[in-house]
Order: sequence, then structure tokens, then C-alpha cells
Amino acid sequence: MRDNIYLDILAVFVPLSLLSVGGGQAVIPEIHRQAVAVHGWISEATFVADFAISKMAPGPTSLLVTLIGWQVSGLWAAALATIAIFLPSSLLVFGLARIWARHRGAPWQKAVEQGLAPVAAGLILAGSLTLFRAATGGPLAWAIALASTAAIMLTEVNPLLLIGAGAGVFLLVGG
Amino acid sequence: MPDADEPLAPPPSARTLFTSFAAVGVTSFGGGLTGWMMHECVRRRRWISEDEFLSGLAMSQALPGVNVVNLPIWIGYRLQGGWGALAAALGVIIPPMLVVMALAAAYAWLRQFSATDIAFQGAAAAAIGLSLSMGIRAARRQIRKPIPAVVLALVFAGVGLLKLPMITVVAIMAPASVAIAYRRGAGSKS
Repeated sequence: MRDNIYLDILAVFVPLSLLSVGGGQAVIPEIHRQAVAVHGWISEATFVADFAISKMAPGPTSLLVTLIGWQVSGLWAAALATIAIFLPSSLLVFGLARIWARHRGAPWQKAVEQGLAPVAAGLILAGSLTLFRAATGGPLAWAIALASTAAIMLTEVNPLLLIGAGAGVFLLVGG
Repeated sequence: MPDADEPLAPPPSARTLFTSFAAVGVTSFGGGLTGWMMHECVRRRRWISEDEFLSGLAMSQALPGVNVVNLPIWIGYRLQGGWGALAAALGVIIPPMLVVMALAAAYAWLRQFSATDIAFQGAAAAAIGLSLSMGIRAARRQIRKPIPAVVLALVFAGVGLLKLPMITVVAIMAPASVAIAYRRGAGSKS
């Protein structure tokens, strides 16, 4: 029913917010299932387009849910879906950040920081590898990626300039 | 090991946090938002130390939620308390939300031009550099000592090469790594 759409949105996205362990990507298959198969909010083709747009756009890919909400029932639904997917998990992090701040400087906290740093460094490198694998454009894409890596490491260049340059090179070569 | 290579800058206001994360949010084409945030908070602005950023990142990944939103909350709270957390989170969500809606509205029109796809592919390729350079930067510090070096290598191999679920790898490696760091720190008084 139309008057229940807001409740439906909350019922779908609030649990997913707390279930998205390991990052927003983890729940995208479930978002797909709920939005297309279970509730029939949007068509398969629309979902595919929404996913492509949210990946292409800057910012969190989870903004996919904003688009779904928008298409289901306008701006309020878009805002509600966005809040539903981000707020519950955000409150959790917020709570932990408070506890963390209260014990700032404790020896165990130093140990946690030192222990987690190499884990995170490994994750960033693994994430870069994933981006490399996903890059389209073959050797040219890899060359641009390596050139921009070097530029960021060796100079103070604004990364946005490199992004523009990457787009420019692709347009010149492939356009 | 000391976590400050260079002195940190004074904490920014909540307003600066908002604009800073908003700028990162709307310019982070091609994924790898984490790399953009590290570049902004650690390298460019020097708001927090690299170790603090990395441990915040690991925790953001381990907790439920979208880690690229968890991390701004973590950093915002650390720098400016509750308002800082709110400002950073809104910065990374609201402006990109408007961008994604604008893109969706223009999508049918944009699709007519093959140049759109090609330009985004090039932008995404260049954006890899941000993630990779921040990864290298973080790794360089961690591999100076044998145990962090091994932890880093195992995490990279597990997630990057073997494609194991990230949460499993973190659930095993993080407690082990922290326990070792604690025992060593406790032994030598920190």
C-alpha cells in the first residue's frame, strides 16, 4: 500500500545498516533482492542503472539507496532511505568513539592503535589491487594509475587535477 | 614507536570538518574514498597521526555500516567531539547525495555520449593512484618492524590475493596483532 511505503523503506534499510559488516558492498545483493524481487519497487534494469550511477559518482556507493528511495516515492523517501541506511550504524560508531575518547592515552589503546595500523595498511593495499583489477581500459589504465601514484607520492599536486588528467587522456586516446 | 613524525595541526572547527569532508566526498571519483580521506586528514591537513587514522580505519571496517561514513564519524569525534562527528558525516553524505541524484537525473541524457563512459574510466584509473599511494605510504612505516610487516603481508595476501572475506581476515588478524602489540608494550612499559 502506498501509505506504508515509508515504513517499508525503514523495515528494509535499517536492518541492512546494521548487517553491512565489512563495508557497504556487503549488502548490495540484499538491497537488490529487496528492492527488485521482494518489494518490486524498481525494475531490474533500473537497479542496474542505479548501481552504475552510484559507482560512477563520487562519494559512498551506498547512496544507491537514495536513488532507490527517490524512484519509489520521491524526495522524502530518498531522504528516509538515506537516513535508514546510514544512521543506525553511525550511532554505533559514535558510541564507540565516545568510549574511545574517554580512555584516550590508556596503554591498551596504544596497543590497539599499533596493532590495527598494519591491518589497515594491508587493507588499503588490497583495496588498491581490487581497484586495479576492476579498472577498464587495460594497459593505458594501469599506466595512468601508476603515473598518478608517483605524482601523488613525489609532488604536492592536487589529486583532482590528476583525475581530470586521467579523464582527458582517455578521451584523447579512446574518444 | 612514536606515532608523530611531524607535529599535528590544531583541531579544525566543525564547519571546516564539514567543508573538508564535503570536498573529499564530491571529488572522490573512481572509488577509494579512504585514500582521499587519508590524503586530506593525514597528509594535507595533518589533523591526526597516521597510526590514529589507520586504527580508526580498521575499526570502521570491522564495525557494521558503511566504512567510508564510519571513518569520518570517528575522525570528526576525535577532533571536535559530537559536533565534529556530525559535521564530518553530513559532509561526506549530503553533498555526494545531491551529486548522485543530479547524475541520475542526467543519466539518460549522458548515456547518449560514449565520451561520458570513457572519461569516467580515465578518472577511475587516475583515482587508483590515490589509494595506492596512501597504501604505500602507510605500508612503508609498518614494514620497518618485523611483526607489523608480517601482519600487513598476511592481510594483503588474504584479502587482496586470495580474496577471502575481509571481515574474516580482520576478525583473525586484528585481535592477534593487537594482542602482540599489547604484550610487547606491557613488557617495556608504554
